[in-house]
Amino acid sequence: MSDYNKKRFKIHMKKKIKFLMDGLEFEALEGTTILQSAIENGIYIPNLCYNSQVKPYGACRLCLVENAEGRLITACENWVEEGMDIKTDTKELNQTRKMLVSLLIANHERNCLSCSQSDNCRLQEVAAYLKVDEKEMENFRLSLPDIPLDESNPFFIRDLKKCILCGVCVQTCADILGVNAIDFGYRGYETKIITFGDRDILDSNCVSCGECVVACPVGALVPKAVLEPSREIKTTCTYCGVGCGIYLGVRGNQITGVRGDPQGPANKGRLCVKGRYGFNFVNNPERLEKPLIKREGVFEEVEWEEALDVVAGKLLEYCQSEFDEKQYQKSQFAAISSAKCTNEENYIFQKFARVLMKSPHIDHCARLCHAPSVVGLSMSIGSGAMTNSIDEISQAGCIMAIGTNTTGSHPVIALEVVKAVKSGSKLIVINPQEIDLCNHADLFLQHHPGTDVALLMGMARVIWEENLFDKEFVEKRTENLEPFIQSMEKLNLDDIEQITGVNQQKIREAARIYATEGPSSILYAMGITQHTHGTENVLAISNLALLTGNLGKLNAGVNPLRGQNNVQGSCDMGALPNVLPGYQSVEDEQVIQKFQEYWNSDLSPVKGMILPEILENAAEGKIKAVYIMGENPLLSEPDIQNVKKALENLEFLVVQDIFLTETAQLADVVLPAASFAEKEGTFTNTERRVQLIRPAVSVTGQSKPDWWIISQMACKMEEKLSIERESAESDALNLPESQFNYQSAGEIFQEMAEITPIYHGISHARLEKEGIQWPCPDENHPGTPVLHQEKFNTPSGRGKFHPLEYRPPSEVANEEYPLILTTGRSLYQYHTGTMTRKIEGMDKLEKPATVEINPHDAEDRNIQENDLVEIQSRRGKIKVNAIISDHIQKGTLFMTFHFKEAPANCLTNPERDPISGIPELKISAVEVRKL
Amino acid sequence: MQDLDKILSNYKGEKSDLIPLLQDIQSEYGYLSEELMREVSKFTGVPESEIYGVATFYTQFRFNPKGKKHIAVCSGTACHVTGAQQIIEGMERHLDIKDGETTPDGEYSLESVGCLGCCALAPAAMVDDEIKSKLSLRSIKKLFRGYNPEKPSK
Ligand code: SF4
Ligand code: SF4
Ligand code: SF4
Ligand code: FES
Ligand code: FES
Repeated sequence: MSDYNKKRFKIHMKKKIKFLMDGLEFEALEGTTILQSAIENGIYIPNLCYNSQVKPYGACRLCLVENAEGRLITACENWVEEGMDIKTDTKELNQTRKMLVSLLIANHERNCLSCSQSDNCRLQEVAAYLKVDEKEMENFRLSLPDIPLDESNPFFIRDLKKCILCGVCVQTCADILGVNAIDFGYRGYETKIITFGDRDILDSNCVSCGECVVACPVGALVPKAVLEPSREIKTTCTYCGVGCGIYLGVRGNQITGVRGDPQGPANKGRLCVKGRYGFNFVNNPERLEKPLIKREGVFEEVEWEEALDVVAGKLLEYCQSEFDEKQYQKSQFAAISSAKCTNEENYIFQKFARVLMKSPHIDHCARLCHAPSVVGLSMSIGSGAMTNSIDEISQAGCIMAIGTNTTGSHPVIALEVVKAVKSGSKLIVINPQEIDLCNHADLFLQHHPGTDVALLMGMARVIWEENLFDKEFVEKRTENLEPFIQSMEKLNLDDIEQITGVNQQKIREAARIYATEGPSSILYAMGITQHTHGTENVLAISNLALLTGNLGKLNAGVNPLRGQNNVQGSCDMGALPNVLPGYQSVEDEQVIQKFQEYWNSDLSPVKGMILPEILENAAEGKIKAVYIMGENPLLSEPDIQNVKKALENLEFLVVQDIFLTETAQLADVVLPAASFAEKEGTFTNTERRVQLIRPAVSVTGQSKPDWWIISQMACKMEEKLSIERESAESDALNLPESQFNYQSAGEIFQEMAEITPIYHGISHARLEKEGIQWPCPDENHPGTPVLHQEKFNTPSGRGKFHPLEYRPPSEVANEEYPLILTTGRSLYQYHTGTMTRKIEGMDKLEKPATVEINPHDAEDRNIQENDLVEIQSRRGKIKVNAIISDHIQKGTLFMTFHFKEAPANCLTNPERDPISGIPELKISAVEVRKL
Repeated sequence: MQDLDKILSNYKGEKSDLIPLLQDIQSEYGYLSEELMREVSKFTGVPESEIYGVATFYTQFRFNPKGKKHIAVCSGTACHVTGAQQIIEGMERHLDIKDGETTPDGEYSLESVGCLGCCALAPAAMVDDEIKSKLSLRSIKKLFRGYNPEKPSK
């Protein structure tokens, strides 16, 4: 039996047990501890070190109970047994407890009133329950440990004078995070919680998730922001695609804190540092409060009325009036939508571009992250999204994480991976860099950047040759096997070893584990997609999953981890130039017909330009007006010098954002948008789960939700248009009904759901209860956690193998540029930093704007830690500080792209994947030198 | 790190190897540097914080190289009652380091230890191999005459 099956088996063996507690009969499942069953039945047993999330540790001994033989046993560590007779409250027990608590208090700093944990403190609770009083304390010599306050972390304080050594933080960090930043150190009276080298927590490998702060039963670990909220609003985290459920704590109109929602399907109460501590951007004084119009080079604050009027008037100049098919392509207007905005906003924005502006040119930053997934997975299995759900990951028999730095970019999903590994699943990490996830891996394959196709084909070859593939699945559910096998045979493992730099024994081992330890789940992200062969990488992944039958079943699948909070949703909403909402192709006549009728408008039957094309055409003067909603292409696009030129070349640029971003500064008009905490709507997370966001505070200044702005703008334009027509035709009675007069986000959602089959059964009202995973065809449908269970979404219903060939990246190292720069993300920053750079403290957790370099390459160039260096590519150069790290392969450099002071995207290569149009952000040939 | 590899080669890298491994390293290098503990963490898969926790639990491990002169102050019972605590604190003040540390210039290291076996001479300490008996705050002063932790002697 594989480890996996053993694990499953155990889960189903539990039976019910009867026992007595304080003379009353209770029932519990086998394997429940005495303390758990007491809590379940509403019986309080004093306890301090118990925490339902981690293994019981038995440190405080307060939960002692008496069994039938009169022995004292800990309730947190012992399971209930059939016929057990337990006393939870006797004189003797309480005396022992009282003594234990008094001892703890004696060694505890007692300034409860000024402690921010007061009211919430379990030590207080226990002391009060046991009626410990000052008199008792006189029996003990009071002595305080002399441990200095650790305030190094920007978000929480460690005050170990208050620590009761319960060990919950240690276990949380070890068992849930897998970070192991802290442990018990020293002995006896000197025992305390230490980091490696007993340094401040900031100097440890702590990732500032704050999970231990939440878990600490006393005031030893407390957040720095201590205002208690007066109300809490349930909503969804605005940062990454995990889509954690959160409660925003609010007092007055200020957000005071964030709490993980234990009911959140993706996170079950857990959060990462951004989600938990990254909320202050909402109340930041730099938020845009009024519309801005640039006059003679300076921004002037204006009222909404004026701003809308100016923009509407100006945009009308670029509005296509000829409805000739061929004309659409020639539209001089383009809209750049946003994966940060809600589904409703993306829907209305693409409708605005298509219906009102008569332009097919609508795209957004998904082009830069998962366009190859959307395209590649549609080709192979018919749906460009995670096939399975986040909470299945921990149940997988094998997890293969390729091209994803999960702990940094999808921290809460990484917790699922850690959980899986801790319960016996196998983990294969494939990455050019030695990332933190490698600490948990059974196998780590460090391949050369850009050689994924070769590596994955190698694995497929081993699986094929060693007969480890799933015959039944391949036969019944797939097609096109032959050409794929032939293409695979062109590369033997010796060549692959050469190309990838990975020992072929390791490739074999990885293939065997993946094929035999199933159900196997593949997680991948931008390390796979941001290449000129990004789509081929994705196809190589789905080939592997098809070959081993790891699709259409629970706990397996092909799982692209989407980066931004709503990048799944903005694709779903059709903020893409080739598809309408729900991936309905613009080139499908029936689809166009349907939408034309529904929207009462002509529509372009040809696809529009993708984001890089929009910018190129802007540079050439063919695109003249651009409307950008909530994006900052000036930092996120490759080769930003040229992006800047393109945007400057426009006749008219409107930017709608919450801050005056680098891009907004170039705009003619800037419209102030409301943040996620100030509006209603929905986000769709990476597992296709549609979730509500709710307004928690009132809008900043005069900012408005994006959907409101577009709706008003569109109505204004409709009005102007009809006046024009009226005067032309003097036919005032025959005005078409407005297509944009929405009163709420819910109303927009309803319209969208009506015409989008995968969202058809979803409504705001249903989402009030819980998030729903698409496809959800009707209102009684529960949503779909696992895709492709019966058939694939392809025309034939079968999963399609694709023959592949290894192609090197578009830039390779040469004499002039001998190193390969690869870019990525930091745990502490988000995208172009528009939000996270405003959070005081994030910069403290990781030095901004650095480059990581291998010790050999550093030595060759006489570069030392922290030296200022200059990196140059064919496109530009930047200055940064060097960090020397052997986690980087020789010959490669690594940078994050968040920092405007040293924008990595000055260097990156705009060369595109011919199929999906994604630029090769992961690979640029560069040289670095010491300054 | 050649010596380290040699030491490691005697072990399988299992968790149970930890203590003997640390002992071997200490006897080879005289103390456990953070760098060495990191290597042990990689080798055994035991997290760094845990290694540090285990190592600080046992008094036998040191985390600083011994100074040119190593001072072991007794804190056994006899010395304790005759004021060992003041003696240790006095030395800490003089050298501007804590128990278990080494002066930045590498001159002195300080450590409190169990009974030195010369209780009649309490409070006692050992400087390198020499026993110093019946210590007082004044005799400490004499011991460190001419040493200034701020201005390292050449
Ligand atoms: S904040 Fe998170 S990573 Fe840091 S010590 Fe606590 S649990 Fe560990
Ligand atoms: S810091 Fe808090 S959670 Fe950690 S051991 Fe001390 S009391 Fe327990
Ligand atoms: S993992 Fe993502 S969604 Fe969850 S709290 Fe962190 S940033 Fe927010
Ligand atoms: S709760 Fe059981 S020992 Fe602490
Ligand atoms: S107690 Fe100090 S020498 Fe014995």
